[in-house]
Amino acid sequence: MSLTNISVDKKPEGTIFSPELAARFDKLVTLYPMKRSALIPMLLYAQDEIGYLSDAAIAEIAHRLQLTVLDVRNVLSYYSMLRTRPAGKFNVQVCTNISCMLRGGQELFEHCERQLGIGHKQTTPDGVFSLEEVECIGACSWAPAVQVNYDFHDNLTPETLDAILAEYRSKASQ
Amino acid sequence: MPTLVSHPEEVKIVSSRFGQGAAEIDRYIELGGYQAVRQAMEQGPEWIIAQMKASNLRGRGGAGFPTGMKWSFVPKQSEKPKYVLVNGDESEPGTCKDHLIFLHDPHSVIEGTIIAGLAIGAKMGFIYLRGEYRYLLTIMEKAIADAYAKGFLGKGIFGSNFDFEVVSQTGAGAYEVGEESALMESLEGKRGIPRIKPPFPAVVGLYGGPTVINNAETIATVPHIFRMGAEAYAKVGSERNGGTRLFCVSGHAERNGVYELPMGYNLKKLIYEVAGGIRGGRQLKAVVPGGSSTPVLLASEIDIGLDFDQVGQAGSMLGSGGVVVLDETVCMVEFALRTIKFYQHESCGWCIPCREGTDWLKKTLTRFHAGAGEARDIDNIRYLAENMLGRTFCPLGDAAAMPTIAFVKKFRQEFEDHLDGRPCPYAKKPANELVGV
Amino acid sequence: MADVTLTVDGKRITAPAGTLLIEACRKAGIEIPAFCYYPGLSLQAACRMCLVRIEKMPKLQTACTTPVAEGMIVATETDEIKQARKSMLELVLANHPLDCPVCDAGGECELQDMTFKYGAGGSKFIDIKNHRDEQQWSPVVFFDRPRCILCYRCVRVCNEGMDVAALGIQQRNASSVIAPNDKTELDCEQCGMCIDICPVGALTSDTYRYKTRPWEMTHIGTICTHCGDGCKTTLGLRRSEDGMQIVRGDNRDKSGLNGDFLCVKGRYAFDFSDSPERLTLPLVRQEDGHFETVSWDVAIKAVARGFREIRDTRGGSSIGVIGSTRITNEENYLLQKFARGTLGTGHIDHHRTTDYVSFIRALGGQKGRFASISDTASAPAVLLIGNDPTEQHPLLAWNLRTNVRQNRTRLYIVNHREIKLTRQAKAFVQIGSDSYAAFASFLSGGDSTAFGESATSLRDALRQEPNLVVIFGSELRGADVETLVKFGLSLPDTKFACLGDYVNSRGAADMGLYPDLLPGYVPVAASGAMQTEYGERFPAQPGMDLASMFEAAGRGQIAGMYIVGDDPVERLGIAPETLRDTFVVVQDMFLTGTAKLADVVLPTASLYEKSGTVTNTYGDLQGVKKAADRAGVRTDLELIVRIADAMGHDVRKLVPFGKGVRADMGQSRGAQSGEADRHAIWLAAHNLEPKLSPFDPNALLDEIQRVVAGYDFDRIDLLAGSSPQVQPASAELVQIAPPSSRPDSIQPSGDTLFTSGTLGHYSEKLNEVQAFQEKKALVAAD
Repeated sequence: MSLTNISVDKKPEGTIFSPELAARFDKLVTLYPMKRSALIPMLLYAQDEIGYLSDAAIAEIAHRLQLTVLDVRNVLSYYSMLRTRPAGKFNVQVCTNISCMLRGGQELFEHCERQLGIGHKQTTPDGVFSLEEVECIGACSWAPAVQVNYDFHDNLTPETLDAILAEYRSKASQ
Repeated sequence: MPTLVSHPEEVKIVSSRFGQGAAEIDRYIELGGYQAVRQAMEQGPEWIIAQMKASNLRGRGGAGFPTGMKWSFVPKQSEKPKYVLVNGDESEPGTCKDHLIFLHDPHSVIEGTIIAGLAIGAKMGFIYLRGEYRYLLTIMEKAIADAYAKGFLGKGIFGSNFDFEVVSQTGAGAYEVGEESALMESLEGKRGIPRIKPPFPAVVGLYGGPTVINNAETIATVPHIFRMGAEAYAKVGSERNGGTRLFCVSGHAERNGVYELPMGYNLKKLIYEVAGGIRGGRQLKAVVPGGSSTPVLLASEIDIGLDFDQVGQAGSMLGSGGVVVLDETVCMVEFALRTIKFYQHESCGWCIPCREGTDWLKKTLTRFHAGAGEARDIDNIRYLAENMLGRTFCPLGDAAAMPTIAFVKKFRQEFEDHLDGRPCPYAKKPANELVGV
Repeated sequence: MADVTLTVDGKRITAPAGTLLIEACRKAGIEIPAFCYYPGLSLQAACRMCLVRIEKMPKLQTACTTPVAEGMIVATETDEIKQARKSMLELVLANHPLDCPVCDAGGECELQDMTFKYGAGGSKFIDIKNHRDEQQWSPVVFFDRPRCILCYRCVRVCNEGMDVAALGIQQRNASSVIAPNDKTELDCEQCGMCIDICPVGALTSDTYRYKTRPWEMTHIGTICTHCGDGCKTTLGLRRSEDGMQIVRGDNRDKSGLNGDFLCVKGRYAFDFSDSPERLTLPLVRQEDGHFETVSWDVAIKAVARGFREIRDTRGGSSIGVIGSTRITNEENYLLQKFARGTLGTGHIDHHRTTDYVSFIRALGGQKGRFASISDTASAPAVLLIGNDPTEQHPLLAWNLRTNVRQNRTRLYIVNHREIKLTRQAKAFVQIGSDSYAAFASFLSGGDSTAFGESATSLRDALRQEPNLVVIFGSELRGADVETLVKFGLSLPDTKFACLGDYVNSRGAADMGLYPDLLPGYVPVAASGAMQTEYGERFPAQPGMDLASMFEAAGRGQIAGMYIVGDDPVERLGIAPETLRDTFVVVQDMFLTGTAKLADVVLPTASLYEKSGTVTNTYGDLQGVKKAADRAGVRTDLELIVRIADAMGHDVRKLVPFGKGVRADMGQSRGAQSGEADRHAIWLAAHNLEPKLSPFDPNALLDEIQRVVAGYDFDRIDLLAGSSPQVQPASAELVQIAPPSSRPDSIQPSGDTLFTSGTLGHYSEKLNEVQAFQEKKALVAAD
């Protein structure tokens, strides 16, 4: 028996993703001149479905692209939007970069900390919200801006943000 | 939904279809879309590149490289397939123009991509949006699907024998990927680490093939150049700076927003007339003219034309068009800290000067702003930045160093005001909350 | 490529076009510092230490990525560049823990050296450094992130050099970190190349960690005692209670035939020499059957008395002698000379792991057909049949990978398994494990449909190769080796290598540890001059091979056995009763299965504790230097001489030492009677002095060089530390009996990367690594 690492990582059985996502992945890898190009979109979509990039998700994506798990981890750990631990159902991302800072972004973030009772990269005990202080999200002329998951909310004040958070909270309980 | 602004001084070219429903393909066609590409197809690559050169269009990403010249660098013959790559990884703090283009006029990006493909002989284009722009990817993907359905993309586009494919995707959170070679790495499914240059992308780019990489605004401008005529387009701008540019006004202006103005438009006028002056009638303290990496200008330095050459002469850079307005309430130390915090966070970590330099700048500025600064820190900050400048693997190090040097140079007094345990003079919070960082 | 001329610091230098500026400067004696640049690995431009000013360039440029150009004007020592280097070091040191006093790399650290030369004396930074705890990644590898300067050498050597890719770069910015492939552990070949290549103390080895300081060690470069590739390993030694202890094995010196490479065994498996099971006192079996420790004098006398009695009463042919694949050429040569000349027996053999004899016979005396290990790194095309070099010949595997990576060599592989090297192969043909012979005849033009289309196209491709190196494992033996060699010889300029398993397997074969062949593969029947050299007891007939000796012992026909550095009892599963009536003398480091059955056990020095030469499986001869020392043990060479002496044999006839007529090695008889001292003449002709001691291995090397075919290399090469290639090829060789008439007594070791025959059992570290790898394999199989 060979005891050295000479084979690619073990093949996972079946898929851990929904049939729709699995089908999407099957298509994605055909779009590019090189399969590997599908890696970052796949990681994002997998995270969208599962909430984070679990070991199983990483293993399956690695297998689909014929990469090693290490290679996938090297890549995913580089990108700030990808995570290997669960976040809240709604990930509140408050921009505090210069344009938002000048319009009260920092205060908005601190307001969120107080309202949600959590800090940067933390999740509420009920799993509804997580909070993140993020770098510029490209909404500078409409600052201060917040992204909840992928949705933009701009020209915010603590009051308007409260209303938005309340809306998400009621969505979560539906 | 981002609010659209308008001002009579504007010359709407790239933004001409904003708010017109042009994300729908039929509306885009109705507004004159997909005409430029047909014309380009008839005339052929050499004509296209000649027109691009004549338009004086310079890259809108920040470096301002003449677009026509960039396209002409791509070798005509190539064993490997050639590609067009659209850089929509808009991440420079203060910049949100591509955001509007993808939202309001996605087809102009597609059309521009096809024209670039025709010019260099590529059969495939990629449109890469930053990860945060997922909702814009949905819009972009629908636009691409509609273009395929019309036969504008795919096999034999517009009934010709020319094939062209377009794929769009997003990144996943990394400013560095806005650097062209890091962008190619990311598109190839790798860490966003820049490549060693040369070879330049025009020779060895995506998948090893010759590649043209342009900013989304640049590409979106292309169809307009053919629609207007290259000379007419060039004439709108200033010398060697053709056309218009989307300026994203943010910060303390009365009317923040994205304004399209001719290249060379006066910065002071932009702030005081177009954007309505400083909010609440306060005093202007400084302006960051082209995104966070451009050296800050004092209020006394802003009577200049906004083009690559004039802003350069003023000791800063036109950059990405992000005009950040700072009024008298801003603590420049805090502003410098926030700026460097960003670059520290976004440094890819590859080379020593950027990785360590941004980290130690952040550490020093954090302590300094918290009131634990020492007199020598001020010189050390400048020393660090000056020793990063020009020595890093990619321009990110310069992007961190240049504004830092300017902050220290132009606002040294504000730094000194933080010394000797004094609280930040601009603190919005009581001093005791600042202790213990 | 054509040369270009450029100016560096006002000095005109010339380099081939395409050379990197950093290399061109270094060759011209202009040092340009760098951490991330490493010759042979991909370029990074990450450390920015090599920034230089090139005229007409707006910014400083990295010399490691800039090819030289005609007329280029470069400055490397201006104030601007000095400041750039200084600030770069300030930045690296800003977060470096500066725990140099306890760091393994302290004293041999590139960061220390560079700081000393280019750095700043003070630090501008007063903020807190980023800390992360040290991690253990495997039984041999530790990682200390704060010390890491992120030069990515480890990642590249693992990816590019080893093709293992067990190390990655994770996170980004100042949080960037080198990460292992199995969460917090390394699932890899445990070669330790990452440790060796680390310029600082970020990667350290468990065997050496926090043990000593580099300057407290003596460093001796010698040859690894494990596989047949014969890598140079530099041993770090420290005085211990009972000698000199090996505390480190590494490859810092890089002057050996292995270049940058060293594997897990060469690097860590030296610890057998310090094993508590090591024998240090002679043992003599008492009447009651128990071993008693005795003095050397008593033990040697017991051996001499025993052998002499048997020889003189039952004849030399009732004694069997078994040599070793892990002792020096000089010792093996002496052993067979002692057997033939002193004991008067032809029963001499060793553990054969491959069929060198058929290989030598097949070459039929042609010179220039032996591929050296360096050929495997440079040949434009290589055919590998059988074997798994990744496991069994790690240096060969490294060379082949390097050759493919750097020279795009065409590697053709034929194997019954999809071995790891197939990843580098241009073509791979998988055959049945019993089809090697058939494949050899297929290559020679046999039935062209037998192995399918891929085999046919492989053969067609091979036929177009003008400079092929053919490497084959022990899967091919006897007539099949000849078939393969015949095919190779039908091509223009083919070279060959036959893969055997241990450090001196080839040497043992070359030195005549065969019952039917004398040193240099001279058939006993054609002994000629050798007979006169060895004296009157020289047996005229070929003797028995190893297995037959034990069978004969079982039948009572072998009354005495002298077993040096081998454990045939354990290996062949020989029943203890077989040796019940045989006087058995064992020379070994450990109480092996064979030693347990011995009447006298003589504790010996390991290859790390003696001097001499060894010959690797490619015929590269290398000097072994005494590094470690262990009180009590003696070298095999000394023991053989002492036994012969105690038997009353004239030692000067065994070992040519001393001056004058006394050194006449049997020239006083026969046709050459009255002729001058042949050895003395040879010495004079080669500018060599007679040696003064019978224990001087060089005295035997003199004789080997004089009498063994192919060993007539230039001694200066050996003294200079290079590895002259031996080519046992002479017209006489064709007289070797055809394979059909010789028994196939080949027994491949079956060793993996983590085992090493008997010796491997006594390496605690190797066993630990093996257990670790087994655990990983089990997890992976789940």
